[in-house]
Amino acid sequence: METVKVTIDGREVQVPKNSTILAAARAAGIEIPTLCYNEDLDVKGMCRVCVVEVEGSRTLQTACSQPVSDGMVVHTNSARVRQARRVNVELLLSNHPQDCLSCIRNQRCELQTLADQLGVRELRFPHRVRAEEKDISTPALVRDPSKCILCRRCVEVCHQVQGVGALYPVNRGFDTTIAPAGGVDLGSVACVQCGQCSLVCPVGAIYEQDHTERVWAALADPDKHVVVQTAPAIRVSIGEEMGLEPGAVTTGQMVAALRRLGFDKVFDTDFSADLTIMEEGHELLERLEKGGTLPMITSCSPGWIKYIEHFYPDLLPHLSTCKSPQQMFGALAKTYYAEKAGIDPANIYVVSIMPCTAKKFECQRPEMTDSGYPDVDAVLTTRELGRMLRESGIKFSDLPEEEYDDPLGISTGAGLIFGATGGVMEAALRTVYEVVTGETLASLDFTDVRGLEGIKEAEVDLKGKKVKVAVAHGLGNARKLMDLINEGKADYQFIEIMCCPGGCIGGGGQPIPTTREIRQKRINAIYRADAGMPLRKSHENPAVQTLYKEFLGKPLGEKSHHLLHTQYTKRVKYPEKAAEV
Amino acid sequence: MPVNSATERKKSLRQVIAEHNSDPGALLDILREAQEIHGYLSTAVMEEIADQLGIPVSRVYGVATFYTLLATEPKGKHIIRVCESPPCHIRGAVNILETLQEVLGVNPGETTEDKKFTLELTSCLGVCGVAPAMMIGDQVYGNLTPERVKEILKTYE
Repeated sequence: METVKVTIDGREVQVPKNSTILAAARAAGIEIPTLCYNEDLDVKGMCRVCVVEVEGSRTLQTACSQPVSDGMVVHTNSARVRQARRVNVELLLSNHPQDCLSCIRNQRCELQTLADQLGVRELRFPHRVRAEEKDISTPALVRDPSKCILCRRCVEVCHQVQGVGALYPVNRGFDTTIAPAGGVDLGSVACVQCGQCSLVCPVGAIYEQDHTERVWAALADPDKHVVVQTAPAIRVSIGEEMGLEPGAVTTGQMVAALRRLGFDKVFDTDFSADLTIMEEGHELLERLEKGGTLPMITSCSPGWIKYIEHFYPDLLPHLSTCKSPQQMFGALAKTYYAEKAGIDPANIYVVSIMPCTAKKFECQRPEMTDSGYPDVDAVLTTRELGRMLRESGIKFSDLPEEEYDDPLGISTGAGLIFGATGGVMEAALRTVYEVVTGETLASLDFTDVRGLEGIKEAEVDLKGKKVKVAVAHGLGNARKLMDLINEGKADYQFIEIMCCPGGCIGGGGQPIPTTREIRQKRINAIYRADAGMPLRKSHENPAVQTLYKEFLGKPLGEKSHHLLHTQYTKRVKYPEKAAEV
Repeated sequence: MPVNSATERKKSLRQVIAEHNSDPGALLDILREAQEIHGYLSTAVMEEIADQLGIPVSRVYGVATFYTLLATEPKGKHIIRVCESPPCHIRGAVNILETLQEVLGVNPGETTEDKKFTLELTSCLGVCGVAPAMMIGDQVYGNLTPERVKEILKTYE
């Protein structure tokens, strides 16, 4: 690799050619403050916070975008640099609301942190905020454009990573705002509610619809039997929200914490993930045998579901009819569990802890009431659970490890790996292989489908019958597979798609920051936890076996169809078609 | 001039996009030509362009709202652009604007009720030698006085 020599603050460093000044400085152990910069996204150079002095340059340069050249001499900490950075942040603050104390991002705001770090101690400029109303039109997300600092990270992630493009800069100058097309609200356009925008927003301009108050109210209601389910990805991310290092597996502490919050039963979405494998695995086998629509595509990810409904409505028959594990759980909690525990389902309140904002959208879909009630009553993201735990004063890392409750808390490693991209596929293969061949798998690890590569492929030999599968995560990758299907070039039988990069561990409701590096650590934690599980195949889950024996009958049976399967809605790409083009 | 029938307009727009090989890089040119065909960029026109170019409509809308010469609302038959740059300001552009507001009965950004005129402000027109200046459509007028403005408007009766 060709390298160049640069001098930064008097220190000489050898860095790869074409490195940015920012990367070179970091290699030299020198931290340059940034704001619009995000290590996983394209460089924008919008905010001018990372300016540095380059000898021979008349003006200050943005370290995030300026490549180094051989012999370059850079000063990152001169009086001129400090002054410019501070003024730039002061200008950002001059039209930023000053309600930091009650802001959702208070103490977790990149702008606030910078203002402190750069020594902004007075607001010298006249204060004028763009008067824009909050957009609360979607069930999952809140937009507060008055707080927006126009860094465009959300635009980038929505367009480049997800290929959705719900938001874009509108107007110019002081009137610039990041908004959907046509001056309408987010609920009127083809936004999939994935919340990746809320993960990258440096301030409180986009965040999750808050369900914590309704959950506190349910917990305080003596007539309510409040049960909670935890998605696979939460156990490897709630620790971060509570101050631990990324990649910590905190299943036992999380269960203990939920009990201390006052939940009557602590159950596990991993249980219904195992159940999903039973239903979806048999659905795949049925489609393979009877010539159903192939490739069959997974249906666990509600952002993905909304995406295909908007952008590829003609491909809906490819989706598995299985509800997501969250919704299967809700439907069973208010039927099977209610019956077993002798509790009136009207008094059962189901809370989900999800890494996902789109789950808030999913639970209020009109078809998700097969139990006779809303199957799931409230969805808390990892961030919201963190807020509740902090409010309650629970010392998370000091908690003892506790076990989930029976019966909906019993699960296998196969259910657990749903949290990582490729996990549903791997879990399905573990079961389908053994069901079809009647043989025990020598190795349970289908490593081809693991990891952060955008699209992964594998082929499995089911006793002479070859099944080709593909896995995509991030909707930009999903789009590529959908286009292949449309062109007739997708020779797969089964496809797993997760809306968010990395799968659920990288969901829009996860701790901030969620970078590629952190995603990988959470993925590693998922597979570490799987390897430590006594049972690692869904069909071996004893609680699922009992459920079929006592209640459902058999996979794809009548009761399953009623409670565990669903249908989809064709949606349009644009809010309205004007009469004339 | 806007093209007359809806089918013709649709055809012309498709033609424009085809001439640019449906290249998203040509978005600005396509928007300009689409506006010539339709008079302004309606939601439907922007959605059509987005579909043909394979880009999100939010991007089309973002570009359309960035440039003052592109309009996402219907405009009057004649667009009056009064220069508000410093040379024109010093030479009395404010009086010119006031006269126009008085005669037309609209504020900058608004269109007269008879849809004849839209009044707008513009940055420098590059004719500072004859400041204060304005444009009506493609025609530039300089050395303006309130009296001359009234005379000019009469020629658009």
